[in-house]
Amino acid sequence: MLPTDQLFSDYVPVLIASIAGFILVISALIGSRLLAPFSEEREKGTTYECGMLPLRRASTNVGNRFYLYGILFIIFDVEAVFIFPWVLTFVGVGPLAYWTMVTFVAILGLGLAYAWKKGALQWR
Amino acid sequence: MSTEIFGFDGVNVWVDGLVRVLLIVGFMTVVVMGLIYGERKILARFQQRLGPTRTGPVGLLQSVADALKLVGKEDLRPRNADAWTFELAPYLVFVPVFLGFVIVPFVLDWQVRILELGLLYFVAVTGINIVGWIMAGWGSDNRYAMIGGMRAAAQGISYELPLVLSLLAVAMVVEVPSDSATGESLRGSLNLNEIIAAQAEIPNLVWQPLVLIVFFIAALAELNRTPFDIPVGESEVVGGPFVEYSGIRWSMFFLAEYAALLIMSLIFAAVFLGGWAWPAGLFQDDPWPRWAQALLVTGKAGLFIFMVFWVRASVPRLRIDQLMSFTWKILLPLMFAQVLINGLVLVYDWPEIVLTVTGLVGVLVLVMAVDRAVRHPRPRPAPATQLEGEAAS
Repeated sequence: MLPTDQLFSDYVPVLIASIAGFILVISALIGSRLLAPFSEEREKGTTYECGMLPLRRASTNVGNRFYLYGILFIIFDVEAVFIFPWVLTFVGVGPLAYWTMVTFVAILGLGLAYAWKKGALQWR
Repeated sequence: MSTEIFGFDGVNVWVDGLVRVLLIVGFMTVVVMGLIYGERKILARFQQRLGPTRTGPVGLLQSVADALKLVGKEDLRPRNADAWTFELAPYLVFVPVFLGFVIVPFVLDWQVRILELGLLYFVAVTGINIVGWIMAGWGSDNRYAMIGGMRAAAQGISYELPLVLSLLAVAMVVEVPSDSATGESLRGSLNLNEIIAAQAEIPNLVWQPLVLIVFFIAALAELNRTPFDIPVGESEVVGGPFVEYSGIRWSMFFLAEYAALLIMSLIFAAVFLGGWAWPAGLFQDDPWPRWAQALLVTGKAGLFIFMVFWVRASVPRLRIDQLMSFTWKILLPLMFAQVLINGLVLVYDWPEIVLTVTGLVGVLVLVMAVDRAVRHPRPRPAPATQLEGEAAS
Protein backbone atom coordinates (compact mmCIF):
# COMPACT_ATOMS: atom_id res chain seq x y z
CA MET A 1 0.00 0.00 0.00
CA LEU A 2 1.13 3.52 -0.69
CA PRO A 3 1.83 5.66 2.39
CA THR A 4 -1.07 7.98 1.57
CA ASP A 5 -3.39 5.00 1.12
CA GLN A 6 -2.25 3.69 4.49
CA LEU A 7 -2.92 7.07 6.05
CA PHE A 8 -6.35 7.19 4.42
CA SER A 9 -7.36 3.73 5.60
CA ASP A 10 -6.03 4.57 9.08
CA TYR A 11 -8.20 7.63 9.45
CA VAL A 12 -11.39 6.35 7.79
CA PRO A 13 -12.55 4.90 11.16
CA VAL A 14 -11.96 8.31 12.74
CA LEU A 15 -14.38 9.84 10.25
CA ILE A 16 -16.86 7.02 10.77
CA ALA A 17 -16.58 7.33 14.56
CA SER A 18 -17.21 11.09 14.49
CA ILE A 19 -20.31 10.60 12.32
CA ALA A 20 -21.45 7.71 14.54
CA GLY A 21 -20.99 9.88 17.63
CA PHE A 22 -23.26 12.58 16.19
CA ILE A 23 -25.83 9.97 15.12
CA LEU A 24 -25.82 8.50 18.63
CA VAL A 25 -26.69 11.84 20.20
CA ILE A 26 -29.26 12.67 17.51
CA SER A 27 -30.99 9.30 17.87
CA ALA A 28 -31.16 9.73 21.65
CA LEU A 29 -32.72 13.17 21.17
CA ILE A 30 -35.23 11.80 18.65
CA GLY A 31 -36.10 8.96 21.01
CA SER A 32 -36.74 11.47 23.74
CA ARG A 33 -38.85 13.59 21.33
CA LEU A 34 -41.05 10.57 20.67
CA LEU A 35 -41.36 9.33 24.24
CA ALA A 36 -41.15 12.36 26.49
CA PRO A 37 -44.06 14.73 27.18
CA PHE A 38 -43.78 18.32 26.04
CA SER A 39 -45.88 21.16 27.27
CA GLU A 40 -45.65 24.91 26.77
CA GLU A 41 -45.63 26.66 30.08
CA ARG A 42 -44.20 30.06 30.83
CA GLU A 43 -42.77 29.20 34.22
CA LYS A 44 -40.78 26.27 32.91
CA GLY A 45 -38.73 28.50 30.67
CA THR A 46 -37.35 30.64 33.48
CA THR A 47 -33.71 30.39 34.43
CA TYR A 48 -32.99 28.36 37.56
CA GLU A 49 -31.77 30.64 40.31
CA CYS A 50 -32.91 29.05 43.58
CA GLY A 51 -36.42 30.42 43.32
CA MET A 52 -35.71 34.05 42.50
CA LEU A 53 -36.08 35.56 39.07
CA PRO A 54 -32.70 36.43 37.57
CA LEU A 55 -31.99 40.12 37.28
CA ARG A 56 -29.90 40.40 34.11
CA ARG A 57 -28.42 38.13 31.48
CA ALA A 58 -25.87 35.81 33.07
CA SER A 59 -23.29 36.02 30.30
CA THR A 60 -21.95 39.44 31.18
CA ASN A 61 -19.00 39.66 33.55
CA VAL A 62 -16.45 36.92 33.97
CA GLY A 63 -13.38 37.11 36.16
CA ASN A 64 -10.27 38.07 34.20
CA ARG A 65 -8.26 35.34 35.98
CA PHE A 66 -9.70 32.87 33.50
CA TYR A 67 -8.13 34.72 30.58
CA LEU A 68 -4.72 34.80 32.26
CA TYR A 69 -4.78 31.04 32.64
CA GLY A 70 -5.97 30.75 29.07
CA ILE A 71 -2.96 32.69 27.81
CA LEU A 72 -0.54 30.67 29.96
CA PHE A 73 -2.13 27.47 28.70
CA ILE A 74 -1.70 28.42 25.05
CA ILE A 75 2.01 29.10 25.58
CA PHE A 76 2.69 25.80 27.31
CA ASP A 77 0.45 23.75 25.07
CA VAL A 78 2.24 25.03 21.99
CA GLU A 79 5.43 24.00 23.71
CA ALA A 80 4.02 20.52 24.27
CA VAL A 81 3.21 20.32 20.56
CA PHE A 82 6.86 21.12 19.81
CA ILE A 83 7.99 18.40 22.20
CA PHE A 84 5.91 15.72 20.44
CA PRO A 85 8.11 15.37 17.32
CA TRP A 86 11.24 15.87 19.42
CA VAL A 87 10.30 12.89 21.61
CA LEU A 88 10.33 10.57 18.62
CA THR A 89 13.65 11.66 17.12
CA PHE A 90 16.01 13.18 19.68
CA VAL A 91 17.88 9.98 20.58
CA GLY A 92 18.84 9.45 16.95
CA VAL A 93 19.98 13.05 16.49
CA GLY A 94 22.06 13.02 19.65
CA PRO A 95 23.08 15.47 22.40
CA LEU A 96 22.66 18.59 20.22
CA ALA A 97 18.91 17.98 19.90
CA TYR A 98 18.68 17.34 23.63
CA TRP A 99 20.43 20.54 24.67
CA THR A 100 18.41 22.57 22.19
CA MET A 101 15.24 21.37 23.87
CA VAL A 102 16.74 22.06 27.30
CA THR A 103 17.34 25.66 26.22
CA PHE A 104 13.81 25.95 24.87
CA VAL A 105 12.24 24.56 28.04
CA ALA A 106 14.53 26.73 30.18
CA ILE A 107 13.32 29.89 28.41
CA LEU A 108 9.70 28.88 28.99
CA GLY A 109 10.57 27.92 32.55
CA LEU A 110 11.86 31.48 33.06
CA GLY A 111 8.54 32.68 31.71
CA LEU A 112 6.70 30.51 34.21
CA ALA A 113 8.91 31.81 37.02
CA TYR A 114 8.13 35.38 35.93
CA ALA A 115 4.40 34.71 35.86
CA TRP A 116 4.69 33.08 39.29
CA LYS A 117 6.59 36.09 40.72
CA LYS A 118 4.11 38.54 39.23
CA GLY A 119 1.29 36.67 40.96
CA ALA A 120 -0.40 35.48 37.77
CA LEU A 121 -0.60 31.97 39.19
CA GLN A 122 -2.26 33.15 42.37
CA TRP A 123 -6.01 32.80 42.19
CA ARG A 124 -8.04 35.46 43.91
CA MET B 1 -8.23 -0.87 -0.45
CA SER B 2 -9.15 -3.68 1.83
CA THR B 3 -8.32 -5.01 5.23
CA GLU B 4 -8.95 -7.99 7.46
CA ILE B 5 -11.49 -8.42 10.26
CA PHE B 6 -12.47 -11.53 12.22
CA GLY B 7 -10.60 -13.73 9.76
CA PHE B 8 -12.44 -12.36 6.74
CA ASP B 9 -9.85 -11.10 4.29
CA GLY B 10 -10.27 -8.33 1.79
CA VAL B 11 -12.99 -6.40 3.56
CA ASN B 12 -13.58 -2.87 2.35
CA VAL B 13 -11.99 -0.27 4.66
CA TRP B 14 -15.28 1.53 5.18
CA VAL B 15 -17.18 -1.65 6.08
CA ASP B 16 -14.39 -2.70 8.39
CA GLY B 17 -14.38 0.68 10.12
CA LEU B 18 -18.15 0.68 10.45
CA VAL B 19 -18.25 -2.80 12.02
CA ARG B 20 -15.56 -1.89 14.51
CA VAL B 21 -17.15 1.43 15.46
CA LEU B 22 -20.54 -0.24 15.95
CA LEU B 23 -18.95 -2.83 18.23
CA ILE B 24 -17.43 0.02 20.23
CA VAL B 25 -20.84 1.71 20.53
CA GLY B 26 -22.33 -1.44 22.04
CA PHE B 27 -19.32 -2.03 24.26
CA MET B 28 -19.32 1.54 25.51
CA THR B 29 -23.04 1.61 26.32
CA VAL B 30 -22.95 -1.65 28.26
CA VAL B 31 -19.77 -0.82 30.17
CA VAL B 32 -20.92 2.69 31.04
CA MET B 33 -24.14 1.31 32.49
CA GLY B 34 -22.07 -1.17 34.47
CA LEU B 35 -19.78 1.63 35.67
CA ILE B 36 -22.68 3.73 36.91
CA TYR B 37 -24.06 0.76 38.82
CA GLY B 38 -20.58 -0.13 40.07
CA GLU B 39 -19.86 3.38 41.27
CA ARG B 40 -23.11 3.56 43.21
CA LYS B 41 -22.53 0.15 44.78
CA ILE B 42 -18.88 0.74 45.67
CA LEU B 43 -19.52 4.23 47.01
CA ALA B 44 -22.38 2.84 49.06
CA ARG B 45 -20.10 0.22 50.61
CA PHE B 46 -17.58 2.94 51.52
CA GLN B 47 -20.35 4.82 53.30
CA GLN B 48 -21.81 1.69 54.90
CA ARG B 49 -24.96 1.77 52.82
CA LEU B 50 -26.36 -0.84 50.44
CA GLY B 51 -26.72 1.18 47.25
CA PRO B 52 -29.34 0.22 44.66
CA THR B 53 -31.10 -3.03 45.58
CA ARG B 54 -34.62 -2.86 44.23
CA THR B 55 -34.45 -2.94 40.41
CA GLY B 56 -33.59 -6.45 39.29
CA PRO B 57 -31.40 -8.90 41.24
CA VAL B 58 -29.20 -6.90 43.68
CA GLY B 59 -30.14 -3.74 41.81
CA LEU B 60 -28.39 -4.76 38.61
CA LEU B 61 -31.00 -3.17 36.37
CA GLN B 62 -30.75 0.22 38.07
CA SER B 63 -28.89 1.83 35.16
CA VAL B 64 -31.43 0.51 32.64
CA ALA B 65 -34.26 1.95 34.71
CA ASP B 66 -32.42 5.27 34.96
CA ALA B 67 -31.86 5.38 31.21
CA LEU B 68 -35.54 4.69 30.51
CA LYS B 69 -36.57 7.35 32.97
CA LEU B 70 -34.24 9.92 31.40
CA VAL B 71 -35.46 9.19 27.87
CA GLY B 72 -39.01 9.69 29.00
CA LYS B 73 -38.33 12.95 30.80
CA GLU B 74 -39.27 16.33 29.43
CA ASP B 75 -36.38 18.07 27.72
CA LEU B 76 -36.49 21.72 28.71
CA ARG B 77 -34.71 24.71 27.25
CA PRO B 78 -34.81 27.98 29.20
CA ARG B 79 -36.34 30.87 27.30
CA ASN B 80 -33.24 33.03 27.67
CA ALA B 81 -30.83 30.31 26.57
CA ASP B 82 -28.81 30.78 23.42
CA ALA B 83 -30.42 28.17 21.18
CA TRP B 84 -27.41 27.16 19.09
CA THR B 85 -24.80 26.86 21.81
CA PHE B 86 -27.27 25.23 24.19
CA GLU B 87 -28.33 22.59 21.68
CA LEU B 88 -24.87 21.89 20.27
CA ALA B 89 -23.05 21.56 23.59
CA PRO B 90 -24.03 17.90 24.23
CA TYR B 91 -22.59 16.93 20.86
CA LEU B 92 -19.32 18.69 21.55
CA VAL B 93 -19.01 17.08 24.93
CA PHE B 94 -19.86 13.56 23.81
CA VAL B 95 -18.36 13.18 20.33
CA PRO B 96 -14.71 13.96 21.28
CA VAL B 97 -14.87 11.44 24.10
CA PHE B 98 -16.32 8.85 21.76
CA LEU B 99 -13.57 9.54 19.20
CA GLY B 100 -11.02 8.61 21.83
CA PHE B 101 -12.11 4.96 21.57
CA VAL B 102 -10.59 4.70 18.09
CA ILE B 103 -7.05 4.18 19.38
CA VAL B 104 -7.72 2.25 22.58
CA PRO B 105 -5.99 -1.16 22.42
CA PHE B 106 -8.35 -3.71 23.95
CA VAL B 107 -6.46 -6.95 23.24
CA LEU B 108 -3.56 -7.95 21.02
CA ASP B 109 -4.31 -6.87 17.44
CA TRP B 110 -7.81 -5.74 18.22
CA GLN B 111 -8.75 -2.13 18.31
CA VAL B 112 -10.53 0.15 15.89
CA ARG B 113 -7.24 1.32 14.38
CA ILE B 114 -3.58 1.33 15.33
CA LEU B 115 -2.59 4.92 14.69
CA GLU B 116 1.11 5.70 14.48
CA LEU B 117 0.46 8.94 16.40
CA GLY B 118 -1.99 7.36 18.82
CA LEU B 119 -1.16 9.39 21.93
CA LEU B 120 -1.09 12.69 20.03
CA TYR B 121 -4.49 11.81 18.57
CA PHE B 122 -5.77 10.97 22.04
CA VAL B 123 -4.77 14.25 23.69
CA ALA B 124 -5.85 16.27 20.64
CA VAL B 125 -9.31 14.74 20.43
CA THR B 126 -10.22 14.54 24.09
CA GLY B 127 -9.12 18.15 24.61
CA ILE B 128 -11.98 19.36 22.42
CA ASN B 129 -14.69 18.59 24.94
CA ILE B 130 -13.63 21.57 27.06
CA VAL B 131 -15.22 23.67 24.31
CA GLY B 132 -18.45 21.76 24.85
CA TRP B 133 -18.34 22.53 28.57
CA ILE B 134 -17.91 26.25 27.94
CA MET B 135 -20.72 26.19 25.38
CA ALA B 136 -23.01 24.49 27.89
CA GLY B 137 -22.13 27.09 30.50
CA TRP B 138 -22.44 30.07 28.19
CA GLY B 139 -25.52 28.92 26.33
CA SER B 140 -27.61 28.24 29.43
CA ASP B 141 -27.71 31.90 30.43
CA ASN B 142 -27.51 30.94 34.06
CA ARG B 143 -24.98 32.30 36.53
CA TYR B 144 -24.23 28.91 38.07
CA ALA B 145 -23.77 27.39 34.64
CA MET B 146 -21.57 30.26 33.51
CA ILE B 147 -19.28 30.02 36.53
CA GLY B 148 -19.22 26.24 36.25
CA GLY B 149 -18.33 26.41 32.57
CA MET B 150 -15.50 28.85 33.19
CA ARG B 151 -14.19 26.75 36.06
CA ALA B 152 -14.34 23.65 33.88
CA ALA B 153 -12.34 25.44 31.21
CA ALA B 154 -9.74 26.79 33.62
CA GLN B 155 -9.30 23.42 35.30
CA GLY B 156 -9.43 21.43 32.06
CA ILE B 157 -6.73 23.45 30.33
CA SER B 158 -4.51 23.66 33.40
CA TYR B 159 -4.50 19.93 34.02
CA GLU B 160 -4.20 19.16 30.33
CA LEU B 161 -0.53 20.22 30.51
CA PRO B 162 0.66 17.69 33.15
CA LEU B 163 -1.43 15.04 31.40
CA VAL B 164 0.19 15.67 28.01
CA LEU B 165 3.68 15.92 29.49
CA SER B 166 3.23 12.71 31.49
CA LEU B 167 2.20 10.81 28.34
CA LEU B 168 5.20 12.35 26.55
CA ALA B 169 7.57 11.31 29.31
CA VAL B 170 6.41 7.71 28.91
CA ALA B 171 6.51 7.88 25.12
CA MET B 172 10.17 8.90 25.32
CA VAL B 173 11.39 5.80 27.12
CA VAL B 174 9.52 3.27 24.98
CA GLU B 175 11.96 0.95 23.23
CA VAL B 176 10.95 0.06 19.71
CA PRO B 177 12.78 -2.78 17.95
CA SER B 178 13.59 -1.38 14.51
CA ASP B 179 15.69 -4.18 13.12
CA SER B 180 14.96 -7.69 14.34
CA ALA B 181 18.06 -9.15 12.66
CA THR B 182 20.65 -7.00 14.43
CA GLY B 183 18.60 -6.40 17.58
CA GLU B 184 18.89 -2.66 17.15
CA SER B 185 16.20 -0.55 18.70
CA LEU B 186 14.97 3.01 18.65
CA ARG B 187 13.58 5.05 21.49
CA GLY B 188 10.29 6.88 21.53
CA SER B 189 6.91 5.95 20.15
CA LEU B 190 3.40 7.35 20.28
CA ASN B 191 1.90 4.12 18.97
CA LEU B 192 -0.01 2.46 21.80
CA ASN B 193 0.62 -1.05 20.49
CA GLU B 194 4.37 -0.45 20.47
CA ILE B 195 4.13 1.05 23.95
CA ILE B 196 2.44 -2.11 25.22
CA ALA B 197 4.81 -4.44 23.39
CA ALA B 198 7.77 -2.62 24.97
CA GLN B 199 6.36 -3.40 28.43
CA ALA B 200 6.41 -7.17 28.00
CA GLU B 201 9.42 -7.45 30.32
CA ILE B 202 8.89 -4.63 32.81
CA PRO B 203 5.88 -2.31 32.86
CA ASN B 204 6.45 1.44 32.69
CA LEU B 205 5.30 1.95 36.24
CA VAL B 206 8.73 0.70 37.37
CA TRP B 207 10.64 3.25 35.25
CA GLN B 208 8.25 6.16 35.73
CA PRO B 209 6.64 6.08 39.19
CA LEU B 210 6.30 9.86 39.36
CA VAL B 211 4.72 10.05 35.92
CA LEU B 212 2.16 7.44 36.90
CA ILE B 213 1.06 9.45 39.94
CA VAL B 214 0.94 12.73 38.04
CA PHE B 215 -1.07 11.09 35.25
CA PHE B 216 -3.55 9.76 37.79
CA ILE B 217 -3.97 13.18 39.40
CA ALA B 218 -4.31 14.96 36.06
CA ALA B 219 -6.76 12.34 34.84
CA LEU B 220 -8.90 12.87 37.95
CA ALA B 221 -8.96 16.58 37.16
CA GLU B 222 -9.72 16.04 33.47
CA LEU B 223 -12.62 13.79 34.43
CA ASN B 224 -13.89 16.39 36.95
CA ARG B 225 -13.76 13.81 39.71
CA THR B 226 -13.49 14.52 43.41
CA PRO B 227 -11.28 16.18 44.73
CA PHE B 228 -11.19 18.14 41.47
CA ASP B 229 -14.93 18.50 40.94
CA ILE B 230 -15.28 22.24 41.45
CA PRO B 231 -16.82 22.75 37.97
CA VAL B 232 -19.77 20.55 38.89
CA GLY B 233 -19.74 20.90 42.68
CA GLU B 234 -23.36 20.63 43.80
CA SER B 235 -22.87 22.66 46.94
CA GLU B 236 -21.19 25.54 45.10
CA VAL B 237 -22.56 25.83 41.58
CA VAL B 238 -25.47 23.32 41.78
CA GLY B 239 -24.23 21.08 38.99
CA GLY B 240 -22.20 23.61 37.04
CA PRO B 241 -22.71 23.77 33.28
CA PHE B 242 -25.55 21.24 33.41
CA VAL B 243 -27.93 23.16 35.67
CA GLU B 244 -30.34 23.94 32.87
CA TYR B 245 -30.09 20.59 31.11
CA SER B 246 -32.69 17.97 31.79
CA GLY B 247 -33.78 14.60 30.48
CA ILE B 248 -31.91 13.11 27.55
CA ARG B 249 -29.57 16.05 26.99
CA TRP B 250 -28.34 15.86 30.55
CA SER B 251 -27.83 12.12 30.21
CA MET B 252 -25.55 12.79 27.22
CA PHE B 253 -23.22 14.70 29.54
CA PHE B 254 -23.45 11.86 32.03
CA LEU B 255 -22.66 9.28 29.35
CA ALA B 256 -19.69 11.34 28.17
CA GLU B 257 -18.36 11.57 31.72
CA TYR B 258 -18.37 7.82 32.24
CA ALA B 259 -17.13 7.08 28.73
CA ALA B 260 -14.19 9.41 29.45
CA LEU B 261 -13.52 7.51 32.68
CA LEU B 262 -13.50 4.26 30.72
CA ILE B 263 -11.07 5.60 28.11
CA MET B 264 -8.75 7.05 30.73
CA SER B 265 -8.67 3.73 32.55
CA LEU B 266 -7.85 1.83 29.36
CA ILE B 267 -5.13 4.32 28.41
CA PHE B 268 -3.73 4.09 31.93
CA ALA B 269 -3.68 0.30 31.70
CA ALA B 270 -1.98 0.43 28.30
CA VAL B 271 0.60 3.10 29.05
CA PHE B 272 1.66 2.25 32.59
CA LEU B 273 0.62 -1.31 33.36
CA GLY B 274 1.32 -2.99 30.04
CA GLY B 275 -2.19 -3.52 28.68
CA TRP B 276 -2.70 -7.07 27.48
CA ALA B 277 0.91 -8.07 28.14
CA TRP B 278 1.83 -10.03 31.26
CA PRO B 279 4.63 -8.55 33.34
CA ALA B 280 8.09 -10.14 33.52
CA GLY B 281 7.83 -11.51 29.99
CA LEU B 282 5.43 -14.28 30.96
CA PHE B 283 3.67 -15.94 28.01
CA GLN B 284 5.54 -13.63 25.66
CA ASP B 285 6.19 -16.23 22.97
CA ASP B 286 2.84 -17.93 23.38
CA PRO B 287 0.21 -15.19 23.73
CA TRP B 288 -2.89 -16.02 25.67
CA PRO B 289 -6.27 -16.35 23.97
CA ARG B 290 -8.10 -13.09 23.49
CA TRP B 291 -10.64 -13.62 26.25
CA ALA B 292 -7.82 -14.06 28.77
CA GLN B 293 -6.12 -10.90 27.50
CA ALA B 294 -9.42 -9.09 27.79
CA LEU B 295 -9.70 -10.25 31.41
CA LEU B 296 -6.20 -8.95 32.10
CA VAL B 297 -6.98 -5.55 30.58
CA THR B 298 -10.25 -5.43 32.51
CA GLY B 299 -8.38 -6.10 35.73
CA LYS B 300 -5.80 -3.38 35.06
CA ALA B 301 -8.36 -0.81 33.94
CA GLY B 302 -10.64 -1.81 36.81
CA LEU B 303 -7.83 -1.01 39.22
CA PHE B 304 -7.74 2.57 37.91
CA ILE B 305 -11.52 2.90 38.06
CA PHE B 306 -11.64 1.53 41.57
CA MET B 307 -8.96 4.00 42.69
CA VAL B 308 -11.01 6.85 41.20
CA PHE B 309 -14.08 5.75 43.18
CA TRP B 310 -11.95 5.23 46.27
CA VAL B 311 -10.51 8.74 46.07
CA ARG B 312 -14.02 10.09 45.60
CA ALA B 313 -15.14 8.39 48.79
CA SER B 314 -12.13 9.57 50.83
CA VAL B 315 -11.10 13.10 49.86
CA PRO B 316 -13.00 16.39 50.18
CA ARG B 317 -13.21 18.95 47.39
CA LEU B 318 -10.31 21.36 46.83
CA ARG B 319 -10.65 25.12 46.70
CA ILE B 320 -10.09 26.69 43.29
CA ASP B 321 -6.95 28.61 44.28
CA GLN B 322 -5.41 25.46 45.79
CA LEU B 323 -6.31 23.55 42.68
CA MET B 324 -4.70 26.00 40.27
CA SER B 325 -1.58 26.45 42.44
CA PHE B 326 -1.16 22.69 42.60
CA THR B 327 -0.97 22.15 38.87
CA TRP B 328 0.98 25.27 37.88
CA LYS B 329 3.46 25.36 40.78
CA ILE B 330 4.00 21.68 41.52
CA LEU B 331 2.85 19.30 38.80
CA LEU B 332 4.01 21.30 35.77
CA PRO B 333 7.62 21.95 36.97
CA LEU B 334 7.90 18.33 38.13
CA MET B 335 6.77 17.06 34.74
CA PHE B 336 9.21 19.32 32.89
CA ALA B 337 12.02 18.07 35.10
CA GLN B 338 10.97 14.47 34.44
CA VAL B 339 10.92 14.95 30.66
CA LEU B 340 14.37 16.54 30.70
CA ILE B 341 15.81 13.86 33.00
CA ASN B 342 14.40 11.15 30.75
CA GLY B 343 16.07 12.86 27.80
CA LEU B 344 19.40 13.07 29.62
CA VAL B 345 19.34 9.39 30.52
CA LEU B 346 18.43 8.33 26.99
CA VAL B 347 20.83 10.60 25.11
CA TYR B 348 23.88 9.66 27.15
CA ASP B 349 22.80 6.02 27.47
CA TRP B 350 22.88 5.95 31.23
CA PRO B 351 21.59 2.85 33.03
CA GLU B 352 17.81 2.79 33.22
CA ILE B 353 17.82 2.43 36.99
CA VAL B 354 18.53 6.20 37.08
CA LEU B 355 14.99 6.71 35.77
CA THR B 356 13.51 4.74 38.64
CA VAL B 357 15.62 6.53 41.23
CA THR B 358 14.86 10.04 39.93
CA GLY B 359 11.20 9.09 39.62
CA LEU B 360 11.10 8.00 43.25
CA VAL B 361 12.85 11.20 44.31
CA GLY B 362 10.17 13.10 42.39
CA VAL B 363 7.45 11.14 44.19
CA LEU B 364 9.08 12.12 47.48
CA VAL B 365 9.11 15.80 46.47
CA LEU B 366 5.44 15.59 45.46
CA VAL B 367 4.45 13.90 48.72
CA MET B 368 6.38 16.47 50.76
CA ALA B 369 4.82 19.38 48.88
CA VAL B 370 1.32 17.99 49.40
CA ASP B 371 2.08 17.21 53.03
CA ARG B 372 3.29 20.75 53.64
CA ALA B 373 0.21 22.19 51.95
CA VAL B 374 -2.07 20.00 54.06
CA ARG B 375 -0.32 20.86 57.33
CA HIS B 376 -0.10 24.58 56.73
CA PRO B 377 -3.04 25.49 54.55
CA ARG B 378 -3.00 29.05 53.29
CA PRO B 379 -6.04 31.17 54.02
CA ARG B 380 -8.23 31.93 51.03
CA PRO B 381 -6.67 34.97 49.31
CA ALA B 382 -8.67 38.17 49.52
CA PRO B 383 -10.48 39.02 46.30
CA ALA B 384 -8.54 41.39 44.11
CA THR B 385 -10.35 44.68 43.98
CA GLN B 386 -7.81 46.20 41.61
CA LEU B 387 -4.90 44.96 39.55
CA GLU B 388 -1.42 45.37 40.92
CA GLY B 389 0.28 48.55 39.84
CA GLU B 390 -3.00 50.06 38.81
CA ALA B 391 -4.03 53.26 40.57
CA ALA B 392 -7.25 53.10 42.52
CA SER B 393 -9.95 54.96 40.69
